[in-house]
Amino acid sequence: MKTIYFDHAATTAVDPRVFAEMEPYFVERYGNPSEIHRLGREGREAVDKGRAQVAAALGAADKEIVFTSGGTEADNLALSGYLQRFEPGHLIVSAIEHPAVMETARFLMRQGWEASFASVDHDGVVDLDAYEAAFRPDTRLASVMFANNVVGTVQPIKELARIAHAHGAAFHTDAVQAVGAMPIDVAELGVDLLSLSGHKLYGPKGIGALFIKRGTRVGPILHGGGHERRLRSGTENVPGIVGLGAALSIAVADLPTEGPRLVALRDRLTAGLIAAIDDTIALGHPTERLPGNVCVSVAYIEGESMVLQLDGKGIAVSSGSACASGSLEPSHVILGMGYRAEEAHGSVRLTLGRENTQDEADYFLEVFPPIVARLREMSPLYVKR
Amino acid sequence: MYTDLVMDHFSNPRNVGEVEDPDGAGQIGNPVCGDVMRMTIKVDDDRITDVKFKTFGCGAAVATSSMVTEMVMGKTLDEAAEISNRAVAEALGGLPAQKMHCSNLAADALHLAIEDYLTKAGRSGDVAKVLGKKASS
Repeated sequence: MKTIYFDHAATTAVDPRVFAEMEPYFVERYGNPSEIHRLGREGREAVDKGRAQVAAALGAADKEIVFTSGGTEADNLALSGYLQRFEPGHLIVSAIEHPAVMETARFLMRQGWEASFASVDHDGVVDLDAYEAAFRPDTRLASVMFANNVVGTVQPIKELARIAHAHGAAFHTDAVQAVGAMPIDVAELGVDLLSLSGHKLYGPKGIGALFIKRGTRVGPILHGGGHERRLRSGTENVPGIVGLGAALSIAVADLPTEGPRLVALRDRLTAGLIAAIDDTIALGHPTERLPGNVCVSVAYIEGESMVLQLDGKGIAVSSGSACASGSLEPSHVILGMGYRAEEAHGSVRLTLGRENTQDEADYFLEVFPPIVARLREMSPLYVKR
Repeated sequence: MYTDLVMDHFSNPRNVGEVEDPDGAGQIGNPVCGDVMRMTIKVDDDRITDVKFKTFGCGAAVATSSMVTEMVMGKTLDEAAEISNRAVAEALGGLPAQKMHCSNLAADALHLAIEDYLTKAGRSGDVAKVLGKKASS
């Protein structure tokens, strides 16, 4: 059976060109970049090149990039690493953050910090007035994700960073979903800290990076041999760094054509779903959203059952329902936008990527409505009209 | 994460729908929690002659509903009352741990349908006798 992969926000396949660049660094060029012999120097050169590629993709300087094991570690380093030099005070995170930020904020609360969770509107955009009102004299950091992983809404990052700075706080953004998917220039945005991950942009798993603006003082959360300018000890993941650099270079080069292509595919799918299935609503901001994110809530049925039925047809999608998430709670993102739990349970997310075609989108629109009809037929909540 | 048998009952659910002129109906769960199950039964001489379900919920919710209808078809009320949520899960070859509480209520829905039948038949006094402690579970 042919597989249609509509779950690129979960992870992506490694681009074969990226894999080809990584491959020599496993068996042949395995040197430790900290050593001065030839093998070591080869490793160092590869790390330097990867760092330059990541920096160039973000409009940053090489020295502003610290490699981590992924987005989660980058978020932990941003929050815990930045705040460690202060006496416990106050931080602000949005109510719809990824657990990597949300749970780090809760960890900091257990260390004596106070946190405010900035609310979002019905489209998932941070309420600027409420956000600004949350700042206190002892607010040290605000962290708002660039683009939401569930509903795709993109935040007004430049404005959010400006407000944080006006209140004397630093600004971090978890840009794991956005980097490679949309143009990002850290200088233009004015952010102090930005997290990214390799496996969301056709690079490998196990590698990510934190952009740390020059002059922003961050301390390590991993202690050891002092790698990465003392910020992240541990022998560098050389193949991962090579892969991240290569993947990001390709993504940025492809963006001018790939971005508009995905937007057209996204809007075709969203409009098609709303037209084909009654009592279905689109979630997230209609235009300020990730190019590849389609998120809808289908009334009277539950997300996991839709995911499993589609899986049976060879189509991989995701849901914000409690069951699909593996927790007992439906998506805090969809609830945070003011939707009812039933609406969160009925959510389906399609995240499109490089290999997806219009034919696949059309096939989905052909296959999905009968699945919905069948599940509704089975649902005690559905009354046929 | 699901056994083949769970997937089979989810993909090809048995006895979906509502029996006509049901002698008893039972519904359990809450859309807020993500699971609602409704069982309707036909009873003849204290024997379940037909049973159908409607379920809003995840794969486990659908599969347990389907399985319990197979388990009780043709059984006496006393036999049906003996079937527990756990027994349904076991008959399916087990369920993931997080599904055992929220999505494993099909037997409860069935017991509510039996209770409804007995009450409608003017036999409220038999509820405790047939369902035992299960009437309140």
